[in-house]
Amino acid sequence: MAVLEFENQQPLVRQGRRRKGTSLATGFVLVMALILSIPVLVVLGYVFVPAQDIWAHLASTVLPTYLYNTLALALGVAAVVLIIGVGTAWLVTMCEFPGRRIFSWALFLPLAMPAYIIAYTYTGMFDFAGPLQTALREMFGWSRADYWFPSIRSLGGAIAMLGLVLYPYVYLVSRTAFLEQSICALEVGRTLGRGPWRGFFSIALPLARPAIVTGLALALMETLSDFGTVQFFAVDTFTTGIYRTWFGLGEPAAAAQLAAILMLFVFTLILIERFNRGKRKFHHTTGRYQKITRYRLGKGHQGLALLACALPIIFGFLLPTGWLLKDSISHSSSAFNAHFPQLVLNSVTVALIAAGLSLLLALFLIYGLRRDSAAPSRFEQGALRVASMGYAVPGPVLAVGIMLPFGFVDNAVDSWMRTAFGISTGLILSGTMVALLFAYIVRFLAISLNTVEAGVDTVTPNMDRAARTLGVTGLKKLFRVHIPIISGSLMTAVLLVFVDVMKELPATLVLRPFGFDTLAIRAYEMASDERLADAAGPSLAIVIVGILPVIILSRAIAKSRPGQHSASRSDL
Amino acid sequence: MSNLVFSNVRHQYDGINSVDIEYLEVGTGKLVCLLGPSGCGKSTTLRLAAGLESPLEGEISIGGEVMANEKIFVGPEDRRVGLMFQDYALFPHLTVADNVAFGLSHLGGEERRARAEAMLETVGMASSAQKYPHMLSGGEQQRVALARALAPSPRIMLMDEPFSGLDAVLRNRLRDETLALLKEMGTTVLMVTHDPEEALRMADEIVLMRAGKIVQQGPGGELYNRPVDAFVASFLGDVNRVPARQNGEFFETDLGPVPATAALNGESVTNILIRPEAIRFLPVVNPDAPTGEVVLSRNLGAYSLVDVQFESGMRVTVRVASMYQPNLGESCSLTLNLGGVFIFPEPGNGIYVDKPISNAN
Repeated sequence: MAVLEFENQQPLVRQGRRRKGTSLATGFVLVMALILSIPVLVVLGYVFVPAQDIWAHLASTVLPTYLYNTLALALGVAAVVLIIGVGTAWLVTMCEFPGRRIFSWALFLPLAMPAYIIAYTYTGMFDFAGPLQTALREMFGWSRADYWFPSIRSLGGAIAMLGLVLYPYVYLVSRTAFLEQSICALEVGRTLGRGPWRGFFSIALPLARPAIVTGLALALMETLSDFGTVQFFAVDTFTTGIYRTWFGLGEPAAAAQLAAILMLFVFTLILIERFNRGKRKFHHTTGRYQKITRYRLGKGHQGLALLACALPIIFGFLLPTGWLLKDSISHSSSAFNAHFPQLVLNSVTVALIAAGLSLLLALFLIYGLRRDSAAPSRFEQGALRVASMGYAVPGPVLAVGIMLPFGFVDNAVDSWMRTAFGISTGLILSGTMVALLFAYIVRFLAISLNTVEAGVDTVTPNMDRAARTLGVTGLKKLFRVHIPIISGSLMTAVLLVFVDVMKELPATLVLRPFGFDTLAIRAYEMASDERLADAAGPSLAIVIVGILPVIILSRAIAKSRPGQHSASRSDL
Repeated sequence: MSNLVFSNVRHQYDGINSVDIEYLEVGTGKLVCLLGPSGCGKSTTLRLAAGLESPLEGEISIGGEVMANEKIFVGPEDRRVGLMFQDYALFPHLTVADNVAFGLSHLGGEERRARAEAMLETVGMASSAQKYPHMLSGGEQQRVALARALAPSPRIMLMDEPFSGLDAVLRNRLRDETLALLKEMGTTVLMVTHDPEEALRMADEIVLMRAGKIVQQGPGGELYNRPVDAFVASFLGDVNRVPARQNGEFFETDLGPVPATAALNGESVTNILIRPEAIRFLPVVNPDAPTGEVVLSRNLGAYSLVDVQFESGMRVTVRVASMYQPNLGESCSLTLNLGGVFIFPEPGNGIYVDKPISNAN
């Protein structure tokens, strides 16, 4: 047995070292949080930079439109995702009807569909030359002026598109909330005379409300971030406004000020989400969980339930995917041309690097704050939260917040180098991979952080202690205990970030190095050129990759019902 | 096997004393229970013994070797202690056999497997060697955790509420089995519990703590029958608090006179503590004995608890053989067995009064 004999003053050194280790980790987290919040700080900082002329012009012309469209879009999407998300979650959790078990995971599928891609497919299907209108004309012998058809490229269309692909956020949290609610609460309600309907509205819904609000807040953050859909549908919102103000009018300061207003909306949502997440804990009524006895539906109601669950999947996933498939095949020669492998390579490379970097960063941050005795302080937790705030920052805001400081640094370095050495360094940060990867990490670090943290939390402090008392420490402990347990979460973290980077459009569009095309960029460019059929190939590739996290998600949820371990998973 | 000694050990969380122990010894082969309400410092004491916390002052030694003092600190990995947790902390990615073999890396492959197998045999889990922890019931996990901690032949076994996750029937069986195994192996054990029944059932010696300090230490029977203060008396078992009035050599109570002891030195006493089993229940009214009326009667199987109310309005709970099932409203007489009657100087708000044992025998 190795006794560590110290010199006289050693205990002080020992304590000193521990404190130093703590402050080193704190410092690291703090610096990272600061670096990652540069884009937001820059954007908010621009509120104080005068840009009067252009600002007055914006305020009198487009600002009311941006405000109206953004708010109408948010409200419309909120209504759609609440009705679809909560309704289907209740049906698959509490009612028995044919296909229920398939629906319970298939309802996640639209999550694989980026909003801008679904917008392209519906435009292809519903516009004048599309199959629907052509069929109507042929059937009734109409010509162009003879009939009215709702335009998909409108505010209403954007609400429908975003609602169809974002409802899974609400579905996910509501379903979990309904599953976690002790069935006792509902049964008590029934003994007190509440039928299934009134039970839903008077017990289940109020209990699940905080969870539903958090899901809704996430869906609305995505709505506010959306650029591809509203840009394509020519609905002027803040995201398109930021883009146009900068690249159309060449007014970075005004763009940053628009971005700052958008961030106010986002911060409101973050606060709502945080507030309700905190409340969720108190709504666990009892620790006892029983197998859910589902309501038996009559034949007619079964059909309705089936339809209610099938429609979102058909319109949110099957139909658009089928359309993409059809277009990819009919335009295979132009879709999968010589450029295609390069696009895939670019997308995969940049996504893998971004996923790997944010995984490493997440591991450093989380292990830096994991200590034997004390939990991370409030201060450190706050810094961690700031570091992961980027998930709520819309892509165009992020682009502005990165372009401005990076451009400034580049110019400063370049002019200094020129006066001092007569060398022009050109762009070092902006317009290079550095800027793009930084944007991805700011935006998606939260995903790695949450996933890695959840994994590391499954290694309880007691397991660490058990390993230590059994003589296993340091790297040996890392390899024998931690890595085997958390490897699954690490893979998930990489995969989730990978897929999100593949889908990301606005930040990539602005920040990518010249000539660096990805699948998302190609789909966007083809669609902007009204070559929708040619957009199908890259779009389909993105959707197929996007299905992977959906599978992981539904498997993770199937396992997570409390009080329900591997023994019986029959009701999920 | 070795003994464990704490002397003048002090430990603080955020500048507040969490543990302040003058002297504590767990003798070789003995099982000592640290008992007390939550937050009394018993778990911290255990963690200090394991090396998961370091003391601010004082010395901790195992088998005569210093583990921690001003100059030396031996980490948990080098102390050769076995630690068993309330949540068992089994490694979810390892089979039962690999969990037990985890701490045996100093042995060769074959020897390691044999040792793990033998330990699993000892705890009766050999047939589950290839299962994973999540496939086991709570009781089975408890046994595997025990086997894992005992496998490297620790000098001291430290157990943190090892039975609290189990249901009542299983808990009693596993307590007895574990106790038998630990005694057979001659292991020195320090165990933390908040359940006095568990401590009384298992411990050679109980150490009752409050606010980081040891209040009383000794065999379970001594703490139960000769508590040093009201806190100890009421922590180890039910007590009736009976108002009393001093009258010369006696305290007058509704249950009759209780002789006062010299130790009291005129300090005021307003309550006397009486265990339910120290009150004898006479179903037939005896005119010479205090008499009351039965207001509540509960048959608990092995015995009955009967609440009796006196004319003054005072109520006491009496423990009687379960064949007695008096009817409500019946009159009865009560007499006292002075062995279960405790008199303490009024301790204010439950503050420990450092007084020698002073019960009225």
